[in-house]
Amino acid sequence: MSDARAIDAADWQRARLHVVTGKGGTGKTTVASALALALASATDSPKRVLLAEVEGRQGLSQTFDVPPLGTEETRIARTKPGGEIVGLSVDAKAALLEYLQLFYKLGRAGKLLEKFGAIDFATTIAPGVRDVLVIGKLYEANRRRKDGRHRGASPAAYDAIVMDAPPTGRIGRFLSVNSEVADLARVGPIHSQAESITDLLESEQTLVHIVTLLEEMPVQETIEAIRELRAKDLRVGIVFVNMVRDPLLDDVALEQARNGRLHKASISGQLADAGVKASPELVDGLLQEAYDHAHRVDLESEQLALLEETGLPLVLLPALPEGVDSGSVRELADILLDELEEVGLTR
Amino acid sequence: MTQTKETAHPAHVRAAQAAPHLDIDGMIADRGVEVVVCCGAGGVGKTTTAAALGLRAAEAGRRVVVLTIDPARRLAQALGLSELDNTPRPVSGFDTAAGGSLDAMMLDMKRTFDEVVLAHADPGKAEQILANPFYQAVSSSFAGTQEYMAMEKLGQLKAAADSAPDGWDLIIVDTPPSRSALDFLDAPNRLGSFLDGRFIRLLSAPAKASGRAGVKVFGLGVQLVSSTMTKILGGQFLSDVQTFVAALDTMFGGFRERADQTYRLLSREGTSFLVVAAPERDALREASYFVDRLQADRMPLSGLVVNRMGRVSAGALTPSRALAVAEALEDSGGPKSAENAAGLLRLHAAVVTIAQRQRELAERFSRSHPDVPVVQVPALNRDVHDLDSLREVGNALAGP
Repeated sequence: MSDARAIDAADWQRARLHVVTGKGGTGKTTVASALALALASATDSPKRVLLAEVEGRQGLSQTFDVPPLGTEETRIARTKPGGEIVGLSVDAKAALLEYLQLFYKLGRAGKLLEKFGAIDFATTIAPGVRDVLVIGKLYEANRRRKDGRHRGASPAAYDAIVMDAPPTGRIGRFLSVNSEVADLARVGPIHSQAESITDLLESEQTLVHIVTLLEEMPVQETIEAIRELRAKDLRVGIVFVNMVRDPLLDDVALEQARNGRLHKASISGQLADAGVKASPELVDGLLQEAYDHAHRVDLESEQLALLEETGLPLVLLPALPEGVDSGSVRELADILLDELEEVGLTR
Repeated sequence: MTQTKETAHPAHVRAAQAAPHLDIDGMIADRGVEVVVCCGAGGVGKTTTAAALGLRAAEAGRRVVVLTIDPARRLAQALGLSELDNTPRPVSGFDTAAGGSLDAMMLDMKRTFDEVVLAHADPGKAEQILANPFYQAVSSSFAGTQEYMAMEKLGQLKAAADSAPDGWDLIIVDTPPSRSALDFLDAPNRLGSFLDGRFIRLLSAPAKASGRAGVKVFGLGVQLVSSTMTKILGGQFLSDVQTFVAALDTMFGGFRERADQTYRLLSREGTSFLVVAAPERDALREASYFVDRLQADRMPLSGLVVNRMGRVSAGALTPSRALAVAEALEDSGGPKSAENAAGLLRLHAAVVTIAQRQRELAERFSRSHPDVPVVQVPALNRDVHDLDSLREVGNALAGP
């Protein structure tokens, strides 16, 4: 097991590539989007953040209310101090052709490769090659300077990169597939590309964040993912606890609701005084809802305790009552900024 | 949750009635239904639905086997699955009065693939395949291997069921948490076309792919392609692939045939697809894609299960009224009971608002798919970790 220490403010400062994973349905894309917005507006100096999705789901275009993203880097949002978010949907096939063109000036051979199904083979079937290409695209973006070159004194093209990554079930393999390919392709450019990518992923420039809900399965997967990522020498950054709802009853009332001891007659009396026709069914219904609520609160605190045991910084994000859109994701980004300060990663 | 409690939302009741009701008990009782496939986006409760359905069917007298892919630990324990050994194990503790039986298993993808190799290649060749690095990568990380192996296992279970007179009469399959729910349908074909592909044939025998007539022109292309591939991937990679493909060649027909067979099994009348979703935008969108695809492929779709619907127990009170009264109570500065009453009303308003939103999402699905039967399953206020809670889910699946 590698560095199991929780990250601190210095680690956060150094990180450039933020990989966001989580069980399906936990709101990975929303959190990745909010994180990108938060990074872009984090300080007084304008920041340029690349936000990339890698599974062609067009979740970013839905979140930001912009046309479907292609393989061109396109600005999808601006933030207050002059920062911006550039969106990208990384496509393995396009990345491979671009890569071949770049390194081999293929021309005719590129077309031939396509014709023989070699491109399809490499991008959809050859194990790991697809993942190397996808991560490789971000590796390239990470190295790119403002003048478009990959070395020199020009400042970095992007201040940070946020990847909306595959879910927890596949993240370990996705990120370590580079070493898998390095074993399969023992020499050649794919091999060295895979090695450089692995170096980047294992460096302090990369943090893997996990999004979860306060439910059994996502929390279990989060804990397993932490173990798996660390075993693969990857740094786990933040656990984002998404869609958190505040208890709507105080502790005393919750305790009474849990044990069915909320005083029915006096509640019924209060409701009647306030002008509600407090039929027994209505009061029973309200008590049932309180009972359900108390149990959910209990389940959630059980799960939160499990997450706290990991010792990692936990960033709690509220449920968005109206669902996710380009407005509410900005609200979430503001909360995220405050929370980062709260857990001591920023000032 | 009963219909009478929804009187505060007459519009919703009307719309909900517009979607035909998915009759789960009817499906279980129909002996013609031999395979049920539960599919949908990740995290919507597919595995729980599959397990609950299995239990209910077994208690109704069916001889059931449930194939799960990646169950939550507690759910696995509920089914008595303590080990992942790729074999169905009997589940104990359920009601056998109706004469049913229940077995459950977890899929081990690598092991299933190994078994296929061992069953179809002669011993020497099998060993060669199992040791090949390319095979090892494909069998543990090929995008779609899990889907394909779930299909393969389904085929095996079906064959076992058909060959034993007292064998299973109902197989319930959970599908892998794919990138997209559609991967499950496409996986067999993809692996098939991979093994059948021009590129693979080219790698294994360049001369064959080019054909006699075009040797000259094509031969040049072939050379260019393989030299490029060698340059990019390294010679070893290609030779590993070649060994792998050559070794698989003998079982080639087997693979394709089996993939086709399983696909046919899935499109038969004895199969029933259940699309599972949670009342969330993304999950229902995925469900829509899947329903459209199943219908386009003429696959036997039974309907949609919407899990985790919010429960409203005091339906007679609208959220706006509840909030207004809560505010009045809080303003009155009354005793603790007034505070509690206000808290209950605010909670109620939140519960109803969430439930309404969920219903609207489910209705939106039904508006664009008016013929698809739907059942809405209320959320349990606890995790499913024993047979009792699975039975409760089963009751909810069967509807009010």
